[in-house]
Amino acid sequence: MSWFSHYNYWIVIFLMMIGLYIVICRDNLARKVIGLNVFQTSVFVLFISIGAVRGATAPILAEGFTEYANPLPHVLILTAIVVGVATTSLALALIVRINEAYGTIDENQIQAKDGDG
Amino acid sequence: MEHIAILQVVIPLVLAPLCLVIPRYAWLIAFFGSLAALCCAIVILLAVLGVGDIFYVLGGWAPPWGISLHIDPLGGYILLLVTLVATLVVVWAHDSVSSEIQEDQINLFWCMFLLCLTGSLGIVATGDAFNVFVFLEIASLSTYSLIALGRDRRALMASFQYLVMGTVGATFILISIGLLYMMTGTLNMVDLASSLPELRDTTTVQAAFAFLTVGVSLKIALFPLHQWLPNAYTYAPSTVTVFLAATSTKISLYVLLRFFYTVFGSGYAFDDLNVDYILLPLSILAIFVSSMIAVFQKDLKKILAYSSVAQIGYMTLGVALANSQGLTAAIVHMFNHGLIKGGLFLAVGGLCFRIGSTSLSDLRGAGRTMPWTMGAIVLGGCALIGVPLTAGFVSKWYLIVAALEKDMWYVALAILAASIIAATYVWRIVETLYFQEGDSAGREVPVYMLLPTWLLIAMLVWLGIDTDLTIGIAERAAQSLVSP
Amino acid sequence: MKNNFIVREVANLFLPIIVLFGFYVQFHGDFGPGGGFQAGVIVAVGIILYALVHGLKKTRQLIPDVFIRFLMAMGLLLFAATGLASLFLGAEFLNYSVLGSDQLTGQHIGIILIELGVGITVAAVMVAIFYAFVGRDAK
Repeated sequence: MSWFSHYNYWIVIFLMMIGLYIVICRDNLARKVIGLNVFQTSVFVLFISIGAVRGATAPILAEGFTEYANPLPHVLILTAIVVGVATTSLALALIVRINEAYGTIDENQIQAKDGDG
Repeated sequence: MEHIAILQVVIPLVLAPLCLVIPRYAWLIAFFGSLAALCCAIVILLAVLGVGDIFYVLGGWAPPWGISLHIDPLGGYILLLVTLVATLVVVWAHDSVSSEIQEDQINLFWCMFLLCLTGSLGIVATGDAFNVFVFLEIASLSTYSLIALGRDRRALMASFQYLVMGTVGATFILISIGLLYMMTGTLNMVDLASSLPELRDTTTVQAAFAFLTVGVSLKIALFPLHQWLPNAYTYAPSTVTVFLAATSTKISLYVLLRFFYTVFGSGYAFDDLNVDYILLPLSILAIFVSSMIAVFQKDLKKILAYSSVAQIGYMTLGVALANSQGLTAAIVHMFNHGLIKGGLFLAVGGLCFRIGSTSLSDLRGAGRTMPWTMGAIVLGGCALIGVPLTAGFVSKWYLIVAALEKDMWYVALAILAASIIAATYVWRIVETLYFQEGDSAGREVPVYMLLPTWLLIAMLVWLGIDTDLTIGIAERAAQSLVSP
Repeated sequence: MKNNFIVREVANLFLPIIVLFGFYVQFHGDFGPGGGFQAGVIVAVGIILYALVHGLKKTRQLIPDVFIRFLMAMGLLLFAATGLASLFLGAEFLNYSVLGSDQLTGQHIGIILIELGVGITVAAVMVAIFYAFVGRDAK
């Protein structure tokens, strides 16, 4: 087993770290939300890739196929994607209102305007 | 009767959209929703204690394939806490919400509140690991939007910070569930528990455990991960603060206990991986540092928020002691602290309702014109410190006994020392509210606001004197966790 | 974009196809890939396309906020009502088998109602999110 045989995990880890890095290191709130999305997407990739079966087809009964991919992780991730959409839209709505209230969406400037760190 | 477990979750879920359709009666719908949930919770708790655990299969699909609900004594106990606080908050909140929320948003507020209640109850009732994540997100998303309704613009930032931290935490939990599913091929908690022991030494299960612990700790607001909590509590509308402070962190702690004991098995967390080596110091740090920070706060809600972080430290301390005494103490404190903080924040919400601010400088002398509210704050504060004959004393007593049983006398000393710090910040509140001269002329709040407040406060005193009820259930809960 | 002839005509041409495709995904969901989530989003996309071409004001007249709010609630209520119906018929919550004369028809009826509820709610929520963001800018 070479270290690259499970390349899907490397993709997951790569995306996850990018996402977390953006969430932590960016001051712009909109970018934080994008980072959060990348982070969540990495988990979606993790789930979808563990449902895959090599040489298998989509999980719809049909003649001539005996192996099917596991549909359960995909269904779970459909739910998680919906949750992700809800989170993103709520976060963006908050950013719109923050922009209206403060006139900026930069975290440092907002903290400076509130006068507490 | 056999459907009581699903009704517990479905009733608030069905009533939430009704608030959108019939805006005028939104408060009434929320009231009936939480009252019905309270009745369900009482019936469930009695059934669980009398007959045994409740299992309910959704859609007739037998587990491990279908989703099932599973309520044990701990679950029943937490359901009671959540629904009790929810009902009292709704009764209390009728006018408070009208004064703090724009009129055209009031029905949306109650819709969100019911969804938050649904999520909270669902987390407790479900027996399916992925369902925990879904309900957690339902509860969290509605909480974020409720916090953002606060009048201060800082509520928006508080909500955003909570959203980012909460989403990262929830996604960590999702990763953990994915890793567990990868190893076992099941999501049912009982089924997971039966197949995990042979996999306990694999890196994947260990990684799943680590992700889960960190993710849930974010939602619990365990000490270094508590940054979202003080601002969220302070700037949210009073009604939301009460409900959050009394329930949300306890439900997250419930998730932690559920996974530690039911899914991974009690030996795994503490004997194999020694989580207590991290959890114990962090809990003690939480108690001391947050209590110290609370002493120097200028806002009443913020004092209580930091005190909440400290009290969460007591609960995780009980868990970290890793004996059944400690677990009992943690469970009792979950319940008692829910009531204490519920009562205190209701009283503070009353001050906020009359005076329109919770900053200490605006509240000078306010206690003298509002004697009943003041009395509630004093008694609630006593319970927070752990004065004998209040509920707070009972849980701390059990915590100290548990620590001494493990020969950890320094932990017992730390608990006692932290009580003195708690006494300091409670005294600071009392001194400002009662003994300082001020020109605030708040009238006493109406009866239906006082009644829920004093009901909670009276329960604190009652549960401090008659300990059989809380301790009895908590011991059953701890027992069923350790040896299911 | 109302004045751009090509955009307007292409949008008008595609609008019924998009919505029809949405319904196809919706009602074919129990035989093949599809279902309420996807169908709801596709129908919402059709409405959003209309709003992009003909303006928010006209769209809001056609599909007012109150109606969207009503649909949001109704979809969820339809879902819950299906679950509760099986409860009243003596089976577990969401056990579709009892909804029809035999198990297979019951499952069919159940899944169609559930997916319809999901589809309505998702479409309504998507349009509501669109209204909320775009309407805010117009103020």
